[in-house]
Amino acid sequence: MARSESWLAGELKRRGVSRREFLSFCAVVTSALALPKAAGAQIAKALETQKKPILVWLEFQDCAGNTESFLRAGRPTVADIILDSISVDYHETIMAAAGHQAVAALDKTVADHPGEYLVVVEGSIPTGAGGAYCTVGGKSALSIAREVCSRAAATIAIGTCASFGGIPAAAPNPTQALSVRDAVPGLKNLINLPACPANGENLAALIVYFLTYNRWPELDSYHRPLFAYGKTIHDNCERRAHFDAGQYVENWGDDGHRYGYCLYKVGCKGPVTHQNCPSIGWNSGTNWPIGCGHPCIGCAEPDFWDKMTPFYAHLEGIPGFGLHSNVDRVGLIATAGVAAAFAAHGLVQLGKRRHDARFQPAAVPAPPASEAPKGERS
Amino acid sequence: MTYVVVDPVTRIEGHLRIEAEVDGGVVKDAWSSSTMFRGIEIILKGRDPRDAWAFTQRICGVCTTVHAIASIRAVEAAIGAVPPPNARLLRNLVMSAQMVQDHVIHFYHLHALDWVDIVSALSADPKQTSALAESISDWPLSSTKYFAAVQKRIKDFVERGQLGPFANAYWGHPAFRLPAEANLMAVAHYLEALDWQREFIRIHAVLGGKNPHLQSFLVGGMATPVDLDSQAAINMTSIQGLRDMVAKAKDFVTKVYLPDLLAVASFYKDWAGHGSGVGNYMAYGEYPEVDQPDSPLYLPRGIIRGRDLSKVEPLDPAKITEVVTHSWYGYEKGDDQPLHPFDGETKPNYTGPEPPYERLNTDGKYSWLKSPRYDGEPMEVGPLSRMLVAYVSGNARVKELVDFALNHLGVPATALFSTLGRVASRGIETVVLAEKMTGWLDELAGNVGAGNLAIHDNSKWDPSSWPKEATGAGFHEAPRGALGHWVHIRDGVIANYQCIVPSTWNAGPRDGAGKRGPYEEALLNTPVADPEQPLEILRTVHSFDPCMACGVHVVDARGREVSIVRAS
Repeated sequence: MARSESWLAGELKRRGVSRREFLSFCAVVTSALALPKAAGAQIAKALETQKKPILVWLEFQDCAGNTESFLRAGRPTVADIILDSISVDYHETIMAAAGHQAVAALDKTVADHPGEYLVVVEGSIPTGAGGAYCTVGGKSALSIAREVCSRAAATIAIGTCASFGGIPAAAPNPTQALSVRDAVPGLKNLINLPACPANGENLAALIVYFLTYNRWPELDSYHRPLFAYGKTIHDNCERRAHFDAGQYVENWGDDGHRYGYCLYKVGCKGPVTHQNCPSIGWNSGTNWPIGCGHPCIGCAEPDFWDKMTPFYAHLEGIPGFGLHSNVDRVGLIATAGVAAAFAAHGLVQLGKRRHDARFQPAAVPAPPASEAPKGERS
Repeated sequence: MTYVVVDPVTRIEGHLRIEAEVDGGVVKDAWSSSTMFRGIEIILKGRDPRDAWAFTQRICGVCTTVHAIASIRAVEAAIGAVPPPNARLLRNLVMSAQMVQDHVIHFYHLHALDWVDIVSALSADPKQTSALAESISDWPLSSTKYFAAVQKRIKDFVERGQLGPFANAYWGHPAFRLPAEANLMAVAHYLEALDWQREFIRIHAVLGGKNPHLQSFLVGGMATPVDLDSQAAINMTSIQGLRDMVAKAKDFVTKVYLPDLLAVASFYKDWAGHGSGVGNYMAYGEYPEVDQPDSPLYLPRGIIRGRDLSKVEPLDPAKITEVVTHSWYGYEKGDDQPLHPFDGETKPNYTGPEPPYERLNTDGKYSWLKSPRYDGEPMEVGPLSRMLVAYVSGNARVKELVDFALNHLGVPATALFSTLGRVASRGIETVVLAEKMTGWLDELAGNVGAGNLAIHDNSKWDPSSWPKEATGAGFHEAPRGALGHWVHIRDGVIANYQCIVPSTWNAGPRDGAGKRGPYEEALLNTPVADPEQPLEILRTVHSFDPCMACGVHVVDARGREVSIVRAS
């Protein structure tokens, strides 16, 4: 007797799980929960008819870089997430409907599922010009954010613009742009996934974390999940041994650059930046900026456009630093004192320089006058 | 007469609003508005010009790379830095990879749902779908079983009852013309393209550390060392990896994208008669072939006016101006005064309706985009402009592919001046550039093998090597069209910064003389079967591949504080 396959049967088959294995799983769950045997069939039915969690994605003063970054996620892929795991009921970049049909889709989700849906916010939210610096469907970004985020089960601010204000909020913040946290105060379950853009793998991991455990991971004081932002770049950098040994890139394309030396002197902000780039890499672990040969610009930190610039000015304030110091000791001191020293001295200095009219860019050692970039090692 | 408002226009980058008058089943008039503004050029004032590329790159994360390149070229022009040959090749590879990936994503993930009815795919016969796929291409993923599995996946998805991003759309609209089998084939390729784009763009991670927002650009060169004998540089492993990715891209583009495009186009030939637009086409040109300041560009620079394919006019950047007659900005000497970017000035001046609003004041100012003009005329930019200029200039491969497409579809050359023409030229350009990448890779490998390892002009890195006062312009062909950045450096910092972006050219509002912008002109006479379902309007707007965050900007050339004037 033929029976049309349910969606769940199809999904299980794709993942190589037989129906017998599935029913056995339900029996195990029944027993673990100390339910009567007949409950097994009920659990199977419940799983088959279970609705996918709902997610809406809002874009405001954004560049869509986070959306694109999410499309690069490989573990799981965005197709797997959207087709199998989550119902993405609104996303202006990919959705089929436009205009009032699109707006209706968002309104329906908010009205029918208060307190249940997840909302991802990409881009900052402007408050200048009565909100007219960013409107969608004739409504200001501010009003949409307040309406949708306040009724959500959780809000994920993706990218530095949504998490901290980002580039629109960089001095002098012409549109009075705000982060989600500042635009919609008092949100429960606000998670920030900063970086410019955020790494799509971290968003994918965050969503799967929620689907698996029905709760959110531990966050730091900036609402960033520790699994992705718990350590500094410097802590895990593959070039750390060169930092500790005092081996630095001095000029672009020099021997040190080709050997993969530390990029501290050409401006690396790794010591004061928290993100898991060194561990997971970018684009399916293919590479990352430092691995490529360019310093970290600190893009996961608040106000990095003002605090980490000039990007090529090196961080100051490592105690005892110098070519003639005992390099082991310098490395150790630097490691221990990094957060305090840089935060207290280096960053403040950089921030001050930005607004100083007499500011001169940090002197990067000029190449020796007679030396053209060498084609061979000497 | 029915007044139609489409806001948000979805499946684009950024925030676009279209208002249109529809009468007798066609669009009689249309207005294009960008509804978001950030002010990045104000933010650039006073900063280190060597940082500018990173700031401007964030103008857009879809066409990531393009503003970084234009910025670096503008600063290099100002300070006299000359990137070495390897940097030119690395940049050509980065730019062409962007173009190829961006165009594929546009066709499948942004444009396709205007032409492909997903619901119809559910009633397709997988065996006939396989026959169709195998008749147009030898792409191996074409068996009956394969299409049956895709169909089952979509069926299961629909049966769960939560349609997600495909809900509340235009399925069943009379303007959908593809047979069910073509719809199923397209849906399968939509999913394949999602995987393909993720894999192919790893080229950008190799060359730029990550995508989006590559991080290896430098004023004066690139930050990616090349050295066959180092594991921390572009070496033979990386070059072979790049070769493999380029080969797979060529395969996908020639065996999936272009055949799909022609197959879909054959059912929509009437769209060769819609979306014509202003009829003026402009290209700055791209892909320097040699290492000299006026290097010939593989895709040449030039202008075609009034659909006249008998000649290409030389482009004079001095003829580029912008007005703000219908834009939410103010010019000191009058909003109708055309200003060249070096003399540009802008203060945001929002005079539109207070949100929430139902309609814009289309008689007055109605957009955050300005109105760029060349010699006083609106210009269309993008793949169609590039392919037309390249064709008329004698590029053999472009001519071959354009002629092939026209013959295959059985349409005359005038079919190019249309919505269909834009779609076809985007696909043709993708094939052309995917093919070019191998040559640049070979040239790079040759340089590295010969021990030529320079990647940066160190001599101009330190600001003490710059003149006290310097100006420069940087031009680039982004996926959506001609892009220009203009910079004025004084005492080592940015005094003034100006961008004119492809979507500003295309999506900008009417100018002081009332001349419509390209979107507005292209929408005229578009058939609209049902004003409640603006599918046909979307088809033409999407053919331009809108990128609105790019299009909007603010510049204050004299470095004045921005002030906001509210309408009383």
